[in-house]
Amino acid sequence: MYKVLLRQDLAPNIHLFKIEAPGIAKKAQAGQFVMVRVDEKGERIPLTIADWDREEGSITVVFNEVGKTTRKLAVLKEGDFITNFVGPLGLPAHIENFGTVLCVVGGYSVATIVPVVRALKEAGNKIISIIRAPNKEMLFGEKQLGSLSSKLMIVTGDISFDYDGFIIEPLKEILNSEKVGLVITVGPTCVMKLVAAITRPFGVKTIASLNPIMVDGTGMCGSCRVTVSNKTRFACVDGPEFDAYEVDWYSLMARRCTYSGDMTPKLQYKCRNCAQW
Amino acid sequence: MPKLNLNRVPMPRQDPKVRIKNFNEVALGYTPEQAKEEASRCIQCPKHPCIEGCPVDIDIPDFIKAITEGDMPEAVKILKSKNSLPGICGRVCPQETQCEAACTLAKKEAPLAIGRLERYVADWERANKPAIASPVEPTKPTGRRVAVIGSGPAGLTASADLAKMGHKVTIFEALHVAGGVLMYGIPEFRLPKEIVQTEVDYVVSLGADLKLDSVIGKIDTVDELLSNGYDAVFLGTGAGAPIFLNAPGENLPGIYSANEFLTRTVLMKGYLFPEYDTPMPIGKKVAVIGGGNVAMDSARCALRLGAQEVYIVYRRSEAEMPARREEVENAMEEGIIFKFLTNPTGFLGGGRGWVMAMECIKMELGEPDESGRRRPIPKPGSEFLMNVDTVVVALGNNPNPLIAQTTKGLETSRHGTIVADEVTGKTTKEKVWAGGDIVTGAATVISAMGAGKRAAASIDTYLKELS
Repeated sequence: MYKVLLRQDLAPNIHLFKIEAPGIAKKAQAGQFVMVRVDEKGERIPLTIADWDREEGSITVVFNEVGKTTRKLAVLKEGDFITNFVGPLGLPAHIENFGTVLCVVGGYSVATIVPVVRALKEAGNKIISIIRAPNKEMLFGEKQLGSLSSKLMIVTGDISFDYDGFIIEPLKEILNSEKVGLVITVGPTCVMKLVAAITRPFGVKTIASLNPIMVDGTGMCGSCRVTVSNKTRFACVDGPEFDAYEVDWYSLMARRCTYSGDMTPKLQYKCRNCAQW
Repeated sequence: MPKLNLNRVPMPRQDPKVRIKNFNEVALGYTPEQAKEEASRCIQCPKHPCIEGCPVDIDIPDFIKAITEGDMPEAVKILKSKNSLPGICGRVCPQETQCEAACTLAKKEAPLAIGRLERYVADWERANKPAIASPVEPTKPTGRRVAVIGSGPAGLTASADLAKMGHKVTIFEALHVAGGVLMYGIPEFRLPKEIVQTEVDYVVSLGADLKLDSVIGKIDTVDELLSNGYDAVFLGTGAGAPIFLNAPGENLPGIYSANEFLTRTVLMKGYLFPEYDTPMPIGKKVAVIGGGNVAMDSARCALRLGAQEVYIVYRRSEAEMPARREEVENAMEEGIIFKFLTNPTGFLGGGRGWVMAMECIKMELGEPDESGRRRPIPKPGSEFLMNVDTVVVALGNNPNPLIAQTTKGLETSRHGTIVADEVTGKTTKEKVWAGGDIVTGAATVISAMGAGKRAAASIDTYLKELS
């Protein structure tokens, strides 16, 4: 049983939880994740490690209420317990001095990218960040990310039907004016897919942290399998970071819709109320 | 000489039409009268070849004699002195290729139903005494600590034996419940989870400390365990990396590895959705690829989850199927359709990408391959399409590479299995033993248990020499 030490509401439906997990806190590295099961009848879901405190023995996770488990989590209070909390899982983020790193994040991933950005900064990188939020109300974490970045751009705009074009111009602007060694992107699947499409003509190394559905998280079931360079990889043991140019984004998006409760085939992905957010 | 009784007492089973709508045990177990009747068929032959046929050397004629004498506590004692998990073995061991194949009466095609009797004894114990209060003599603690990685059959058996020998055992299990494949892989209707939990609780009651949610290789490495006070390590991490066809379209939604399908259904109780949160939606037409026990289990789960048609698609013929004959018969009785000499070559998706058809080709059997079975060869021009909306790929598992990747000095084979001595389970790394599927590749519960036993004996010898 793992105690909830702290909870904060960062934005409507977006929560930060600090969980007592000394064993995981001792070993956690940027880019890794935990598997969470709230109660005895609960399902197992992955949550990125947003931060850790090795002395306090705690792990911080940030999540968006999108399904049963995240909604169950959202009602827990400080002092309550989570039944299972497993980690640290996945390969840590690859940290190197690339010169300038452009970080493009959307949704609640703003919080989860901080350890990676921190490590990249410590490795000597100059950081430029773009945060994509639907509106000012849903914006958070900009101070934390901003303090690590030499430049911060905030892009808001309600997601329009089927298409999020708001990040295109800001992204191009930076790629045209700076010598970027690496682009890292985390957030809704279609945002990451779009980022890869925009950076591709610039030929900049682009890494995405993928978000497939997982069940065990240790490489035993293949639920999280993604097609990368035409080969099957398991995001939980080979990732979650992958070369964004090599990812089969449509396959990832389709697999993420497996349990969205609608088995009837649909031809398009509609952005409003989409499982990808 | 008494007349031989060649009438094997059949196992009462749920009717196929009834049992496909529930996840309850198919085999119902002998009544006391049936058990005595079957047990009295044993001729107590002096050679007792059955014992050699048993991977854990159970004193078979002795426990059977105790049943005939009505001395059930004695039967329990004899059985459990060699086998810590009899309720499990009695249900899932392929006795027909082990003790029962060696049985003297097998020559008359009426081997003693040793497995059914083992199950009877184990079930009697569970029903008649609290499981925890087992008559075990407390041994003097040796002060030595052993880390057992994995709580499947190999790990549980090694832990039970080591604990009985007086060593302090800590079991590290990656999942949120113990039991390994016993809990996540074998369905409720073959092996009730309550029984698995009882056996796990028994091992813990012997003095083993169970740490769940602990992924060795991530939270601690084997080297860290050895420098943090553990005198020896046993690796029982299993073969847990699913093998896929690597055919086009295999990553479409609706296509599962058997591990995922069974983990959702069995471990996470997807068959009780929405009472349990994990979904396991099933289509109308399900194809299960493979011919082993896992394929049978997957197909029979699919039926019970509500599929209208379930197919087993296997590239060789019926004679080559590795699944237990009993489970194949159960599957056929339940109405599962077997498509032999058929191999999938690709998958097609519909809108939203969901799988809607499987491309197949007919096969014919050529010369034997390394497994000794005739090699399946595609017949050109025999391609056809099967309409399916759910696919389960049950082609087996490779060893999970995490421990090998994070432990220095541990030699692995070309297939990723850990190299270990067949008799002692010693690996190439000092103080580290291994057994079960991680050494042999995917095999049986009982062979993993045998490996656990042998490793425990070897570890015990080593630890005693340390003092």
